[in-house]
Amino acid sequence: MAEINIRNVRKSYGRTQILHGVDLDFKSGEFVVILGPSGCGKSTLLRMIAGLEEISAGEISIDGTVVNNLEPRDRGCSMVFQNYALYPHMNVAANIGYALKVAGVPRAERDRRISETARIVGLEEMLDRKPAQLSGGQRQRVAMGRAIIREPKVFLFDEPLSNLDAKLRVQMRVEIRRLHKRLSATSVFVTHDQVEAMTLADKLIVMNKGHVEQVGTPLEIYHRPRTRFVGTFIGSPAMNFFDSTIAPGGKFVLLDGIQIAIDPVLGRDNADNAVSAGIRPEHCRLVKAGTANSVPATVDFVEELGSGRNVHVDIDGTIFAVSGDESQLFKTGATVGLQLPSEHIHLFSRDTGLRLDDAPALKHTTNQSTVAA
Amino acid sequence: MNKRAVFKSWWLPILFALPQLLLIFFFFYWPATSVLTWAFSLEPAFGGAGDRLFVGWDNFRDVFADREYWQSVALSLVFAFTATALSMFIAFVLAICVDRQLKGSGIFRFFYIWPYAIAAPAVGLAFRFIFAPESGLIAIVNTWSPDLWNPAKFGSHAMILVIICFAWKWIGYNFIFMTAGLQSIPRSLIEASSMDGSGPVRRAIDLQIPLLAPTLFFLLVLNLTESFVGPDTYGIVDLTTEGGPNGATNVMVYRIVSEAFQGLNYSGAASQSLILIGLIMVFTFIQFRFVERRVHYK
Amino acid sequence: MIERTPILNMVTYFIMMFGLLLILGPFWMIFTASTQSLAQVNAVPFNLLPGTEFLHNLQAAWHRANLGPAMLNSLIMALLVMVGKIILASISAFAIVYFRSPLRHVFFWLVFMTLMLPLEVRVVPTYNIAADVFEPVRWLIQTLTGIELSLQWNLLNSYSGLVLPVIATATGTFLYRQFYMTLPDELTEAAKMDGARPLRFFIDILLPLSRTNMLALATIMFVYAWNQYLWPKLMTTEADYQTAMVAMTTLVPNINSLPEWNVSMAGALIIMLPPLIIVAALQRWFVRGLVSTEK
Repeated sequence: MAEINIRNVRKSYGRTQILHGVDLDFKSGEFVVILGPSGCGKSTLLRMIAGLEEISAGEISIDGTVVNNLEPRDRGCSMVFQNYALYPHMNVAANIGYALKVAGVPRAERDRRISETARIVGLEEMLDRKPAQLSGGQRQRVAMGRAIIREPKVFLFDEPLSNLDAKLRVQMRVEIRRLHKRLSATSVFVTHDQVEAMTLADKLIVMNKGHVEQVGTPLEIYHRPRTRFVGTFIGSPAMNFFDSTIAPGGKFVLLDGIQIAIDPVLGRDNADNAVSAGIRPEHCRLVKAGTANSVPATVDFVEELGSGRNVHVDIDGTIFAVSGDESQLFKTGATVGLQLPSEHIHLFSRDTGLRLDDAPALKHTTNQSTVAA
Repeated sequence: MNKRAVFKSWWLPILFALPQLLLIFFFFYWPATSVLTWAFSLEPAFGGAGDRLFVGWDNFRDVFADREYWQSVALSLVFAFTATALSMFIAFVLAICVDRQLKGSGIFRFFYIWPYAIAAPAVGLAFRFIFAPESGLIAIVNTWSPDLWNPAKFGSHAMILVIICFAWKWIGYNFIFMTAGLQSIPRSLIEASSMDGSGPVRRAIDLQIPLLAPTLFFLLVLNLTESFVGPDTYGIVDLTTEGGPNGATNVMVYRIVSEAFQGLNYSGAASQSLILIGLIMVFTFIQFRFVERRVHYK
Repeated sequence: MIERTPILNMVTYFIMMFGLLLILGPFWMIFTASTQSLAQVNAVPFNLLPGTEFLHNLQAAWHRANLGPAMLNSLIMALLVMVGKIILASISAFAIVYFRSPLRHVFFWLVFMTLMLPLEVRVVPTYNIAADVFEPVRWLIQTLTGIELSLQWNLLNSYSGLVLPVIATATGTFLYRQFYMTLPDELTEAAKMDGARPLRFFIDILLPLSRTNMLALATIMFVYAWNQYLWPKLMTTEADYQTAMVAMTTLVPNINSLPEWNVSMAGALIIMLPPLIIVAALQRWFVRGLVSTEK
């Protein structure tokens, strides 16, 4: 169990900057997920915590100790790699126990801990096998066993589930969460998969282009994305956006000539601003053409999901996705009405991409999450 | 290309590099420096008394003025190019045949590699017998007409003999690389070509030879280098003709070694060595340029 | 792929049979000659069927060339060179690949350049330094401090002399470097997370993983070392350290009498057998070793 503090951490290779000053604090025992598209610097950050990557500037401390100049072995972290990185020539037992062997733990003690660990990750029957003889899921378990046997203060996961098939991924997700509950070590989990991020995280960090975009609980981030990027990146199908301007008086924005009501307080503060308005597909409603407060639209195509359906409608060239529509009324090519409830509309500045009502919201909230400048 | 994950230690890499560094210093670079100084000075023979005398390019002038040297260069050229061409041609034909993967071609492949295992002096000794004028396989031609074949007497016969030895030994090596090169041609390409209606012969000409070109070029340069300065050339010549008759097989590399040890002409041998080193550097440079280009293809 | 080309197949088989004759013919000649009597082996035309004197000829060759100790010397030399080259290659490549110092490039180039300095072109000075290894050391100390030392180490006529000058290995170092480069970085990182220091990583992870490389390298280096000729010939003046390849030269028939080719060929057969067995039995490894040392 350990607290991790990251202060103004930067990473650059030559002249290219990968991380532009990151400030984060992870509480002891927290399950932190860092989410972002590939190349956003999330893995680099993780590897800097692990000690596998030099820290160009700033400071990382674990449990109050600055670890910048410590070797990986002295940081008390263990890591699960994306491709597992098992030692191909060692059997499962040797793989799991290697760290103890290096540390000089006596054989009997080592064997005891190996079998205990194997029991936790469900590999008791496999101890004599080589990695090549294991399935993807089993290799994943070996990698986890190797990480937990050292009883580390911090667990680091570098996209560990991305090489598994969809079904196994769901199963392993549950197991990782269960394991965390049991070991309650601080865990940092890097992924580009938003479902993984939402389901696993106590604290979710969204990164983009070397910046931290937002820190919060998964629900906070889902319901109040702080930037347009976060809005787009989280949620499937992605949030619908349309560019607009807040009409004089601040009561509505225009979409295809139709007025869409917004929060009047917000509108008043930002009247005449060019904005990007977003609404999640599950908050849109399809109605019969001509219904009051609806924008006329044409059904472009329909995706059947079995459990529901995604209807894509076209409003003057802008495509809106609508999900959760149970009715079979709207066939491709049909003209329909689209309702966009004002309470679900997110407004972002078109210049900065920042959420318009974020600043006041932050004042009232009790959320202490630190956010990078 | 660099590793991302490296270790931090200053003493371990030094400790690990040191043995090889010492070995190449003592047995490669120190001797090479001697060659360099000797080539530009007059050295008293075998540790004799007296100081070295710096003579500039004089040794090279002497070498270039020597008709025998130019004869040896000419012999080396003939030897290297003929032996290389012969060896590569035979290996190529065999590799193409084996690559058709007919039933039993594995057995042929198994044997074609053997010559590479045999040491050059042993090849020399064996072929000296097989091609002996008075016994062995070829001797029969001399019963039809005396001295139809006699490598101990005729320079051209002796040259043919050493060429055959070198070519035979290197069939194995060339074959290995050509089959490897042919195998690395993607199967799908062959199949696509046959879908386009081409037969095996067409495919060999249109597909396999062009795609094998980098391998062939690599082998060409390597064979030439080896036949000019390689230990095999020395071993073969030493066990078959010893440079004779009348210096007809006294190729450059053989001449250098015998001049240094029997003729005790250090300075002359050193300047000739330097010329050969220059030649190897040219070959290596060509090889490098080509390797770079091939990397580019990929 | 299904393709019916009966005529082409016939031609292919014909060429391959001809190739087989070309390759195995000399082996057969060596063998039959070594089984014949002196008169038989000198008969013209040559009788291609084996005779009955095989054991007798083997014995004669064995004694005349003193092959017992010579074969043992060759074996010792070949094994020492083989093991030495593997050790040197693996540790040198480790120093080059797994550490980040500008000096590693210098080291790499120094090793690489040795390819351009074959023994044949530096044979006399190499002989001299083998006779007096510490000459450069004495020279260095004298130029630096003016002190004249009487340090001496003569390698001539010793196993060290047979082995050390031919043990540096550019091709082996390349092969190992190539192999290390193919290993994923994560493996190193996993070992680091597990607490392994570089030496530990080298011994526990790299060496066991390089087993196939090692075997491939071992086969080609054994053949290389066994077949060494010029160097052993120069530096062993005493029969005690003569290798088989050098001993073979004593079997070259005397011009003045009826040439004893049967004994020569019997000797050649014995001497060429060990590397041939390696290549034939471990062909897969040998081919792999050869192809992967391609520069």
